[in-house]
Amino acid sequence: MYDVEEIRHHFPILERRIGDRRLVYLDNAATSQKPRQVIEALTDYYEHHNANIHRGVHHLAEEATVAYEAARRKIAHFLDTPDTAGLVFTRGTTEAINLVAYAWGRKFLREGDEVVITEAEHHSNLVPWQLAAQATGAKLRFIPILEDGTLDMEEAERLIGARTRLVGCIHASNVLATINPVERLAELAHENDALMLVDGAQSAPHLPVSVEALGCDFFACSGHKMLGPTGVGVLWGKPEILEEMDPFLGGGEMIREVHLDHSTWNDLPYKFEAGTMNVAQAVGLGAAVDYLESLGMENVREHERRLGEYAYRRLSEIEDLTLYGPKRERTGIVSFSLPDVHPHDLSQLLDEEGIAIRSGHHCTQPLMRRLGVAATARASFYVYNTEEEIDALASAIVRAREFFGAFSGAKP
Amino acid sequence: MMRELYTQVIMDHYQRPRNRGTLEGADLEEHLLNPLCGDEVTVYAHLRDGKVADVKFDGRGCSISQASASMMTERLMGRSREEAEKEIRTFKAMMIGEKEFPAMDDLAALKGVIQYPSRIKCATLAWTAFQNGLDNAEN
Repeated sequence: MYDVEEIRHHFPILERRIGDRRLVYLDNAATSQKPRQVIEALTDYYEHHNANIHRGVHHLAEEATVAYEAARRKIAHFLDTPDTAGLVFTRGTTEAINLVAYAWGRKFLREGDEVVITEAEHHSNLVPWQLAAQATGAKLRFIPILEDGTLDMEEAERLIGARTRLVGCIHASNVLATINPVERLAELAHENDALMLVDGAQSAPHLPVSVEALGCDFFACSGHKMLGPTGVGVLWGKPEILEEMDPFLGGGEMIREVHLDHSTWNDLPYKFEAGTMNVAQAVGLGAAVDYLESLGMENVREHERRLGEYAYRRLSEIEDLTLYGPKRERTGIVSFSLPDVHPHDLSQLLDEEGIAIRSGHHCTQPLMRRLGVAATARASFYVYNTEEEIDALASAIVRAREFFGAFSGAKP
Repeated sequence: MMRELYTQVIMDHYQRPRNRGTLEGADLEEHLLNPLCGDEVTVYAHLRDGKVADVKFDGRGCSISQASASMMTERLMGRSREEAEKEIRTFKAMMIGEKEFPAMDDLAALKGVIQYPSRIKCATLAWTAFQNGLDNAEN
């Protein structure tokens, strides 16, 4: 296990103060902070190697191309796949899923076909499929969640059938902290000749991921949630499936031959990388992956599992506080609510103590409806968080309650 | 500081909202969701002889959004349509620092919200809903 106090020094922002308080950053499911190694990779790229990739034959263009392709290989290795041809750089998870919903969905979905997703999807794995369904006449079906936030797998077995063309599921929930049995969903999908898409935005940063072991056909994740820069993420897809798909965006780089009336497409993965990509960010994501591998993803998982369980225990000691999601097998996320303090007010009061948490619907409005709430508060942990920070969170929540309680007590 | 944001007045409107509820057969009924946070409000009004004869609000959200909705109902009750529109315009101008808050009014309690740009939408939610409702009631 790595030394948390030691690695905290790698993250310059953790030295920031909010007012007179030390920053306690617990909004990692929204975006993670960046280690110096990633920030320096960006600076180094711009100071020494910047050029457009795959086009120039000059020195810098070669170096930039090498750095970009090295990042691709690192990320493929991180996701445990030899297929760099199936590893497409995107802006993030949202763009990766949209790519599939357009380039695969528009081409292969027909009226009467079904796409099966879950009630707990982030909007990024729901809205693209709504748009694809509207365009093709396909239908969306939803796997419900049980009371503890886990998927109703019996219902999943009934829903996934002959009409199913694709099953899509979040690997880990950004609200419930559940880790979904996507391997089993992939089996069900494949038994029915359907494809399996895994939204890995909340898993790739936190768990060892092997796209081979998951048995999925598509896997999407975002760089900025895993210590990398904003503006870069990846779609991994089985090359033979990506090959059959139409391009997503047209333009430079994605073509082989262009005539005035038609064009042919470049090889994978370049067929899906139109225009100048976020090269520096991709290089930065390569550095982030190096950093995570130096910590060891098993260690990262163990650290967050402990923090998640500790937070669940500490917060469940607070009277009337409702915690969402299962008791066990959690990621490092706790979503909660108090009957008398709205999540917005709570996070504002916590901010006053330098504690950054998220409040709102977390881009999961259907899930909020299912839970019967308009919003929840959420604390989410990462490699650099500590039990002391969770103690600070718990006592700040208690103080916020007392603050609001004082007003209720003042009622005539 | 927090004390400036969560004043006694705001907490009073939040915990004992004025004119909370629904209106049967309202001439104006408008629902609005703040997509940023999921807070929602529905405003209702009877419009008679060009006046806001009765006004109510319903919804769920943070103290700022609900207190502001409560204050709005008091502010708009009995006003003519033109006056109501002017109130809404003035309030929105206050919330972006373009107009002074009235000194001796509950609304002044919302002044602290200006320092928290992400919360301004909470404060203006009901007011925007009411303006949308007036626009729609016209047709």
